[in-house]
Amino acid sequence: MTNLNMAKALNAALRSSLADDPKVLLMGEDIGTLGGVFRVSDGLAKEFGAHRVIDTPISESAIVGTAIGLALRGYRPVCEIQFDGFVYPAFDQIVAHLAKLRGRSGGRLRVPVTIRIPFGGGIKAIEHHSESNEAYFAHTAGLRVVVCSSPGSAYDMLRAAIASDDPVIFYEPKRLYWDKEEVDLAHAPLASVLDAAVVLRAGTDATIVTYGPTTRVALAAANIAQQEGRSLEVIDLRSLSPIDIDLVNASVRKTGRAVVLHEAPTFLGLGAEVAAQISHDCFYSLQAPVQRVGGYNLPYPHSGVEDEYLPDVDRLLDAVDRTFEE
Amino acid sequence: MAPDVATTTPDVDAPFSVMGADGHLLVPDTTDFGEPLDVLTRRLYRDMALARRFDQEAFALQRQGELALWLLCTGQEAAQAGSIRAIRDTDFVFPSYREHTAAIARGVTVAEMLPLWRGTAQSSWSPSDYRFNIYTLVLGTQMLHAVGYAMGVRLDGSDEIVMVYVGDGAMSEGDSSEALNWAATMQAPILFMAQNNGWAISTPNAKQFKAPLHTRARGFGLDSYLVDGNDALAVHLTVREAAARVRAGGAPAFVEAITYRIGGHSTSDDPSRYRDDAELQSWIARDPIARLRRCMELEGLADDAFFDRVAAEAETLAAEIRSVCVALDPVPLSSLFRNTFVTETLALQREREEHEEFQGSFE
Repeated sequence: MTNLNMAKALNAALRSSLADDPKVLLMGEDIGTLGGVFRVSDGLAKEFGAHRVIDTPISESAIVGTAIGLALRGYRPVCEIQFDGFVYPAFDQIVAHLAKLRGRSGGRLRVPVTIRIPFGGGIKAIEHHSESNEAYFAHTAGLRVVVCSSPGSAYDMLRAAIASDDPVIFYEPKRLYWDKEEVDLAHAPLASVLDAAVVLRAGTDATIVTYGPTTRVALAAANIAQQEGRSLEVIDLRSLSPIDIDLVNASVRKTGRAVVLHEAPTFLGLGAEVAAQISHDCFYSLQAPVQRVGGYNLPYPHSGVEDEYLPDVDRLLDAVDRTFEE
Repeated sequence: MAPDVATTTPDVDAPFSVMGADGHLLVPDTTDFGEPLDVLTRRLYRDMALARRFDQEAFALQRQGELALWLLCTGQEAAQAGSIRAIRDTDFVFPSYREHTAAIARGVTVAEMLPLWRGTAQSSWSPSDYRFNIYTLVLGTQMLHAVGYAMGVRLDGSDEIVMVYVGDGAMSEGDSSEALNWAATMQAPILFMAQNNGWAISTPNAKQFKAPLHTRARGFGLDSYLVDGNDALAVHLTVREAAARVRAGGAPAFVEAITYRIGGHSTSDDPSRYRDDAELQSWIARDPIARLRRCMELEGLADDAFFDRVAAEAETLAAEIRSVCVALDPVPLSSLFRNTFVTETLALQREREEHEEFQGSFE
């Protein structure tokens, strides 16, 4: 076991993948000599060469478009989009091509491309640097969309994402880059970690379904609720497409109450899908309507008020309280 | 053997021609076409004549309701045959969506060509079989796929090159500029084959760009060529020499072939709404197939028996197109469930089973 922050754990996953498979390539803006703006690829260009850790022109559409071509040639590219708000120029290549090539080709082509996106707010960034745009990609058939939430999950999930023969959008919560924990770097990539939700904290009274940055909010809220005599179960979805709904349902059938939590606006967010599936599958187990807590339906605000915008412990506990109202 | 690279030159602003309008050769007898001229012209003529007949039959099938849509390549056969035959069969090609002449020349079958247009599948051939990717309908995007593929070729240390077809309209897409810039900075072994057919549906060149395409490519650091796209021999010579330079480690190449789309953009289009008949007639008079045939007759490169044989082969192809087309049935929806991911997810499996159970309830 090694004590690592999440950025270092991701770095270790990239290093292991580059070492294991000569077809793995990294591509992105400032990822080589600089090591990436969050230093996730620090040292890798030196270790594996500029031909495998490629500093690219500032062309997001080309980063993804050429990754598709490299994948068709037999390579396994890992793209870095520097910030969440800069993925839109690549939107067409992702949704029209990366997601569809497998199906359009009748299963003849495979495009094993991983797209890493630092995402979410909470680091007092300027505009376009704090967005949660996961719903766009989760809504696109043919993409796997996953979010890590800790150094350990980051290492295991990134290894599995790169090894996956399907395209994966890999979200990294920016505000968790510096969180540390013990990580087992001896793990071989297990495909199942891309599909499986995880119970982060067991509980009996209500289920909190969340992912990425807000797993920390949920765990903090569960601690406070515990002191107030309420036992919250916290589920980290990890995969947003597909969703491990069986694990969620099993929890909600036990607790009878569910709150879905994420940073993205609740309107047509992932929580809407999760709430709909819970309401359908667990209707007769529910003691209260499923609650959703998330960002307001606004452009992400200036950092001076982001704490007011971001769902926090108080808003989550308020929603939990509503599930107990008579 | 690297061909003689002295015949055509990059970065010249006058279109290069090998044949005059009446078919007579404008180049010296000593010009090296890489193989005997009768062999080359017969191959190019056959490619073009078969594609023309294919186009006519597919157009008719669309009008009879057997195809949902068809995009004619009529008029552009020389730009396509001349280029596809000028690279190696092992060189990978990314088409746009109107490259029927090139597809047929690479061996894509009728049964593989028609399903996209009949709505029975989204694509039907395996790109690796023909070193020819499936069609891409989102304009310009395939240029980036081709550049990435070429980066892989370079990483592999292979002596292959990549050729990508693009049209004048698609050159207005942002991806085209990113592709040219990226190809140059990555030193990708790629040849951009631009067919400038004058029109992007109803929008003429004049409303599409100010700087000519070949000069734009030059600005990105590519070797750029301008060629008469209705002259199969000129296209062939230009692409052969450009490809040799790329293969030898030169800059990526951009070939702009000036040609004309004789038909509408598609069978849904009515070009009489936006272009003059006089313009159309002037290009019909410059038909690339008739021009090559005149050259072959003038130079004694083929006799009537050859042209009769090709005409008979084209008729056989037309009959095959018809019989193959009407027999095509849709690939079942369940295959899309299974092929959206390499490994079908549990969620999709459940959705597919629900769908199949529902469908089964009517039986």
